[in-house]
Amino acid sequence: MAARTLFDKIWDSHVVERLEDGTAILYIDRHLVHEVTSPQAFEGLRISGRRLRRPDATIAVVDHNVPTSDRTLPIEEPESRNQIETLERNVREFGVPYFPLLSERQGIVHVVGPEQGISLPGMTIVCGDSHTSTHGAMGALAFGIGTSEVEHVMATQTLLQKPARNMKVVVEGTLGAGVTAKDVMLAIIGTIGTAGGTGYVIEFAGSTIRGLDMAGRMTICNMSIEAGARAGLVAPDETTFDYVRGRPFAPQGEAFEQAVAYWKTLVADDGAHYDKVVELRAEDIPPVLTWGTSPETVIPVSGTVPDPAAESDGAKRAQLQRMLDYMGLEAGQKIAGVPVDVVFIGSCTNSRIEDLRSAASIVAGRHVAPGVRAMVVPGSGIVKAQAEREGLDRVFLDAGFEWREAGCSMCLGMNPDRLTPGQRCASTSNRNFEGRQGPGGRTHLLSPAMAAAAAVTGHLTDVRELI
Amino acid sequence: MDKFTVLTAIAAPLPEANIDTDKIIPARFLKTTKRSGLGVHAFDGMRYNQDGSEKPDFVLNREPYRKAGILITHDNLGCGSSREHAPWALLDFGIRCVIAPSFADIFFNNCFKNGILPIRLPREICDALMDDARLGANGRLTVDLERQVVVRPDGEEIGFEIDPLRKHLLLEGLDDIGQTLQHEGAISTFEATRGQAQPWQTQIVID
Repeated sequence: MAARTLFDKIWDSHVVERLEDGTAILYIDRHLVHEVTSPQAFEGLRISGRRLRRPDATIAVVDHNVPTSDRTLPIEEPESRNQIETLERNVREFGVPYFPLLSERQGIVHVVGPEQGISLPGMTIVCGDSHTSTHGAMGALAFGIGTSEVEHVMATQTLLQKPARNMKVVVEGTLGAGVTAKDVMLAIIGTIGTAGGTGYVIEFAGSTIRGLDMAGRMTICNMSIEAGARAGLVAPDETTFDYVRGRPFAPQGEAFEQAVAYWKTLVADDGAHYDKVVELRAEDIPPVLTWGTSPETVIPVSGTVPDPAAESDGAKRAQLQRMLDYMGLEAGQKIAGVPVDVVFIGSCTNSRIEDLRSAASIVAGRHVAPGVRAMVVPGSGIVKAQAEREGLDRVFLDAGFEWREAGCSMCLGMNPDRLTPGQRCASTSNRNFEGRQGPGGRTHLLSPAMAAAAAVTGHLTDVRELI
Repeated sequence: MDKFTVLTAIAAPLPEANIDTDKIIPARFLKTTKRSGLGVHAFDGMRYNQDGSEKPDFVLNREPYRKAGILITHDNLGCGSSREHAPWALLDFGIRCVIAPSFADIFFNNCFKNGILPIRLPREICDALMDDARLGANGRLTVDLERQVVVRPDGEEIGFEIDPLRKHLLLEGLDDIGQTLQHEGAISTFEATRGQAQPWQTQIVID
């Protein structure tokens, strides 16, 4: 057999049948469900009289709409309440396992899956959410799907798919002080662009990636979609197995050892072919952030906002100017020193315990700058409880941060956590699109440490000055 | 799902790259539990002022493009969120065909599931079609799926590629779940075989 990539191996082991035109019926091991992209799928099953084929391979959680304030109070926004209640009715009717709002295990679906051992190496994992790519950090093929495909998976436990092309992004070397997985991924997106990964699955490799903990690998894979790739992958290794061991829904005891023996085969064969290879040096990556309204608008924190006049393509020049106007920035302006109104530490990209520790290490002994609203939204109830055991909540609260309940929150502002028009936010989330965090809101994407630095200084800041 | 055979419609030119699905339908409109009714919110931020009044310069607020059935853009249309509310909003507005040099994968897929035909054509052809579209009601385009051509107002035909299975499903207006369920036997066999080979596979059961 020809040398295969990691993607090829996971793909091949899940093909139920190949149709004439090359489309595969691909078996799906885990289906993660949340309240926003599932109601129409459940309704579709009801209308067509179909059953949900494998409730035992499905997990539901509420995350997008949930308030991150006191959970014992009723949910104020009627449409949000309706969507949550609709999910609760649907999981009862179809027998789907569910972590309710008041469960400690509730949280952002992409934090909960790995944390509970629901997402495991070698699996195919889907969810009606583009950041499903996160679970690729486990060495699983994980990607986002639309609601029609959600219904397809519910009814058949499969998807109709054509194989993606293989891309490898290799990062070698040692990261400098203050440089994190988020900086690495933003640097990658800045290099290949938001469409650079379209049609590909990206395998992340190299000594820098191997050296990351699971949270860092999840941050990397999470933003594969911002590079246009539906899925990112990191080959499972001892770091992965150590992470999985003992998690509630992971195999236990002898079964775990059997699983590890199989998971160890999930590496690319020598000589496996990649359609595209991109290489970066860790030493070349400084702390970075975005200046514009596309995740590819990445610059070093020591850098300046680009000048649209340097762009020869008229349509692109107009778009760059529109970004500058929207963001309230001037061409050539230094990005460090730009004042912020809000700091958001959270989202499926950066809300794990490791992210909170990183931010807290900068915040400790300092105070949020006057006039800045700073908030921490842990990725799950489990993360929140862990942080509280470590005293991180006190670090943030004493510094003037809000310490909130788990959910997607200000990443996309479906709950009451929103920017108001013109507000500028240093955000650990994944998208800086116009209006993403609230109509008229301005988003700079950066790492938890950089967000913490912005909170305590009141402006975009090189975190290395605070280490 | 409505069949897609031949569409003759007004085309709206929107010469921007990287139009993300947040732009097509912002998150605050995703709280619906239905597929219909999202057309009024399509392109909300580009289309309306903060007081809710229309921005007169935006193409879909101008005649005859209020009745556009085709949308033409630049690269990477539909990037970002997987929300199928984006094609639902376009469809509810009346768009049945989107033409661009490139599309984001998930959005591209989602279009087919809703009877919207996404067509990839080179940038210079998209620009030429946008010039046609700027003729308004005099610049209607015809999209013939069976023959895989876009017909310009002057009669010139431009061919496009489409996956044969997707073409079949669109032409017939078929839901692919029914089609996959015809392979039920193979799915059950796969489950049984793998269950034996990989006994560590776990089930999610919450007491």
